[in-house]
Amino acid sequence: MTQNERYEAAIKKKFHIQMLAQRLGWSEDSRELYYANRSLSGDLGLALQFVFQKALRSLGSEEQIAKWDPLCNKLQILATYAQTELGHGTYLQGLETEATYDAATQEFVVHSPTLTAIKWWPGDLGRSATHALVQAQLICSGAQQGMHAFIVPIRSLEDHSPLPGITVGDIGPKMDFDHSDNGFLQLDHVRVPRENMLSRFAQVLPDGTYIKLGTAKSNYLSMVVVRVDILSDEVIPLLQKACVIAIRYSVIRRQSRLRPSDPEAKVLDYQTQQQKLFPPLAKAYAFHFVANSLLEFFHRSYSSILDRDFSLLPELHALSAGMKALVSDFCIQGAELCRRACGGHGYSKLSGLPSLVTRVTASCTYEGENTVLYLQTARFLVKSYLQAQESTSQRSLPQSVAYLTAPDLAMCPAQKVADFLHPELYTTAWAHVAARLIKDSVHHLQTLMQSGADRHEAWNQTTVIHLQAAKAHLYYVTVKIFTEALEKLENQPAIQQVLKRLCDLYALHGIMTNTGDFLHDGFLSGAQIDMARKAYLDLLLLIRKDAILLTDAFDFSDQCLNSALGCYDGNVYERLFQWAQKSPTNTQGNPAYEKYIRPLLQGWRSRL
Amino acid sequence: MNQDLQKERAAASFNPELLTHVLDGSPENTRRRREIENLILKDPDFQHEDLNFLSRSQRYEVAVRKSATMVEKMRKFNIADPAEIMWFKKLHLVNFVEPVGLNYSMFIPTLLNQGTTAQQEKWLLSSKGLEIIGTYAQTEMGHGTHLRGLETTATYDPETQEFILNSPTVTSIKWWPGGLGKTSNHAIVLAQLITQGKCYGLHAFIVPIREFGTHKPLPGITVGDIGPKFGYDEMDNGYLKMDNYRIPRENMLMKHAQVKPDGTYVKPLSNKLTYGTMVFIRSFLVGESARCLSKACTIAIRYSAVRHQSEITPGEPEPQILDYQTQQYKLFPLLATAYAFQFVGAYMKETYHRINEDISQGDLSELPELHALAAGLKAFTSWTTNTGIEACRMACGGHGYSHCSGLPNIYVNFTPTCTFEGENTVMMLQTARFLMKSYDQVHSGKLVCGMVSYLNDLPSQHIQPQQVAVWPTVVDINSPDSLTEAYKLRAARLVEIAAKNLQTEVIHRKSKEVAWNLTSVDLVQASEAHCHYVAVKLFSEKLLQIQEKSIQAVLRNLCLLYSLYGISRNAGDFLQGSIMTESQITQVNERIKELLTVIRPDAVALVDAFDFQDVTLGSVLGRYDGNVYENLFEWAKKSPLNKTEVHESYHKHLKSLQSKL
Repeated sequence: MTQNERYEAAIKKKFHIQMLAQRLGWSEDSRELYYANRSLSGDLGLALQFVFQKALRSLGSEEQIAKWDPLCNKLQILATYAQTELGHGTYLQGLETEATYDAATQEFVVHSPTLTAIKWWPGDLGRSATHALVQAQLICSGAQQGMHAFIVPIRSLEDHSPLPGITVGDIGPKMDFDHSDNGFLQLDHVRVPRENMLSRFAQVLPDGTYIKLGTAKSNYLSMVVVRVDILSDEVIPLLQKACVIAIRYSVIRRQSRLRPSDPEAKVLDYQTQQQKLFPPLAKAYAFHFVANSLLEFFHRSYSSILDRDFSLLPELHALSAGMKALVSDFCIQGAELCRRACGGHGYSKLSGLPSLVTRVTASCTYEGENTVLYLQTARFLVKSYLQAQESTSQRSLPQSVAYLTAPDLAMCPAQKVADFLHPELYTTAWAHVAARLIKDSVHHLQTLMQSGADRHEAWNQTTVIHLQAAKAHLYYVTVKIFTEALEKLENQPAIQQVLKRLCDLYALHGIMTNTGDFLHDGFLSGAQIDMARKAYLDLLLLIRKDAILLTDAFDFSDQCLNSALGCYDGNVYERLFQWAQKSPTNTQGNPAYEKYIRPLLQGWRSRL
Repeated sequence: MNQDLQKERAAASFNPELLTHVLDGSPENTRRRREIENLILKDPDFQHEDLNFLSRSQRYEVAVRKSATMVEKMRKFNIADPAEIMWFKKLHLVNFVEPVGLNYSMFIPTLLNQGTTAQQEKWLLSSKGLEIIGTYAQTEMGHGTHLRGLETTATYDPETQEFILNSPTVTSIKWWPGGLGKTSNHAIVLAQLITQGKCYGLHAFIVPIREFGTHKPLPGITVGDIGPKFGYDEMDNGYLKMDNYRIPRENMLMKHAQVKPDGTYVKPLSNKLTYGTMVFIRSFLVGESARCLSKACTIAIRYSAVRHQSEITPGEPEPQILDYQTQQYKLFPLLATAYAFQFVGAYMKETYHRINEDISQGDLSELPELHALAAGLKAFTSWTTNTGIEACRMACGGHGYSHCSGLPNIYVNFTPTCTFEGENTVMMLQTARFLMKSYDQVHSGKLVCGMVSYLNDLPSQHIQPQQVAVWPTVVDINSPDSLTEAYKLRAARLVEIAAKNLQTEVIHRKSKEVAWNLTSVDLVQASEAHCHYVAVKLFSEKLLQIQEKSIQAVLRNLCLLYSLYGISRNAGDFLQGSIMTESQITQVNERIKELLTVIRPDAVALVDAFDFQDVTLGSVLGRYDGNVYENLFEWAKKSPLNKTEVHESYHKHLKSLQSKL
């Protein structure tokens, strides 16, 4: 389908699902709607309505929520969230859009002063939205007060045409998300009433007085919410689907022989194929538990934050930022690995894999660029480390960094291969490496500052090691969450056993890809690395037996996978041939033949 | 011209023109390349429209149109040298995807290599003039890299002196050949030859598939396009099913093997000769990796000099993102890799031509090593490039995801390189087979030569998987030679470990094949280490050939960065093998950061030296003049969704949605 057609189809689906939801009485945060979305693979229009509403409920006053939320629910307005600009992304303070308060009319004048200030990328903005929540620099009584959110009507509710002062459109073709009309928005002194500034945490009084009610961080709250949701709603299922397709296809596809006398072997029986596909599978399961655990933590802290108690916010922010980066990075890599593990057919769109890859890969940037997010976690780690060093401090460390004060072993006690299958052993190993890297990064930072470097320059000059420390810390947290999830499965020993293998594989694969970090201070010896490697390779064989059932358990319907390679019945080749024959290139004519090929073929003849 | 880029260029420590000469091989090559480029870029017949706004069928049509124009132009400009033909095509097709390409890259070379003189006389002229548009059909739906598994059959019928071609199963349908779907009227088909009741393995047959004049599929032939793909929208990759389809005996390519009129089979003399074409294509792909990674680096580095974001020090204006250490750490090692691969590619091309001379004189002795090296380096460079292009794209943030950046197109068109012409894992295992053979040879007392000669030193050193410090050398991290030595030790160690693990498995399992499979992760690692060593070695040797001081200095920094970054990323190997100590690894990491700072002022000049014209890059972000944002806005306005102010779906769906609720 063309971009125009896909956009239309997505809007149509949204329309039908909304009618259905209304008929069956599904509420908008309900499990039913989540499942409905899952079955449609999220290929729905107007997804940003939800982001708008989340932001509204986090940043809006009670009156504002009461006014706008029902309008959204009934789709009387179609809203989007406009933060990113043509020249500015993750760095909020750098945004150029201005909202200047005019006390005479009690209005804000929202304006894009430069080319780079044009809002760029918001979903549903190009063609659909009637309203946008615009992030802009607030200027009142002549002072800049930083970023605030404003509800700006952009299209007529009568005929959908852009309102005066608004230039809006689609930003053109992308790698994927053809169904979504990511857009641009240029504002030319657009006036909105004072009540349109979201004011849970800050207010502008009619006379232009600015009143702050929250911390500077409160503005981030809506991003935290979205980062947590996006993992389980969008990112992780994409990796899970890629695993299902690649692993199912790998038991259908046969290639070469393992022994000269045998028939051609299933490609999943090759060690190299297992080594490609099982680590992503282990990650797909690990992240399922990670996302659940993050959501729990989020709900615990969310209510206290709404009551303006911000004590848990730093940890929540650091953890959600870092996990979004780590999980999306691995999901991107994993999906691409799965695609390439399917050889040539993985390159065909009929495999479903290219779409999964192009879709998941956007997640490294949206909702915060991953490198920036890792570094936010790193800042939190530096602070926590320094806090742990202060012996006078009576405050206990946040839970996720509590290991920084726990007693640490200098050397790993493992003596045989089987020792590496103890969750406690590898969790401790990860804690050790994370703690060492955090210590190193702080040490580097301090050394540079003591030698006279400016604090900010010193930070920039040490970011590579901070990045490394943050990644190790986050890996440790994921290993820990996975092992804790296993403990809760005591009543289901069969499930527990098979998941433990995946957990072991997850932890050991991390060690295998970072052996340098574990060898560095002698925590693991060369001999222990070899043991861990043996344990890891042996696990591949054990997981091989359950691989298909492990992918079946994700329970994706064929329709939802939309893959000729990954269908449940395994009739790969028949389906591939059928689907190819239906391609428009085969059902419509070939105009290029008449125009160019024929003259080409005959031009030569005529010269004879 | 964008101010930032202007400043960057003024501050560079060297003249990029001189470096361009190094990359092209000589000033004369640079001159001739540009001459051809300008011939095309200034020619109004080659309209370079933005493919991003076209549908697949339109993109196919544009590609066919360009192919047709190209054939005319090459005749007109008298371009006949194969290397120049390559340049010519690459340029005017921008992404180098052309439906008639297989005619030149596979159909004609196969005819030349495997056809008799009579066969060449019959088909060569008409295929060169495109009366015949040929393609090459090897891969089947169910079978790829493993040639012996192909199912298509060609059964000889002595009564009519014909071969009967059949696709006996759904998995045997030919699948993927470029140009097969809609464009070609002939295909060279690889099929299992059966004569006098016996199967003689794969042979090549010339098969007419479409009727002259109408272009309709011939009776017995089912042919079509295999549907949408990740990239290669312009290419009609096709399927071909044959149903008791008869072709004359003379259509089997019989330079090597023959079938006599009575059905008697005559064996070919040597199998090794078919290596030649494969080596050529794989060597070419190494160069292709270098070019694609260079393009991606050009776009990402120029854009990173134009883009400003956040703050390093509060109160100061937003810095160029290229000033962030993390951004440098993402991009500069890739830039160094692009240069390394440029030199690896040039080396492979030279070696191929040299050995080809030997082959034509009947000397096949170096062919096995070259074959193994080409396979491994094709996999090594294409894997790294694949990840590298993606990394460049992600380093451009959101705009990298837009087709305006050009990076999605470069990626989707490059990534099949990991699969075609031999799946990369299989390629790595072929190299490993050669390494294991060489290792055994050394152990049986015979010396080996060429790139694997380091294995000769092994028996005296008694490497064990977990030995204590046995290496006599101390690595000097500022010396490319010494670093090459360190990579050599790593390769030697990993080859030895793979060989020993293989032996152990053989003892336990008693089947060579099972043992091979259970060691294959080790074997791939050994091959990677070998290829990495070759790349480092070639880069450091290249430095010696460069006279100009300023160029040598800047390349030396890149060479060091390439080598040290690889050590840092694989620190475990160097530590576990006691090739380097922990404190040396710490020094390596520190030195890398210093090098990032040293390379920073030259970064833009280093990508300018790749000398890609804007049309070839196809990127708004990577423009030479750096006027990114203005052009981005203009580009977006051309989006098909912007053709009308209010999209029709508003009236169809949205409006009713609002009114019904």
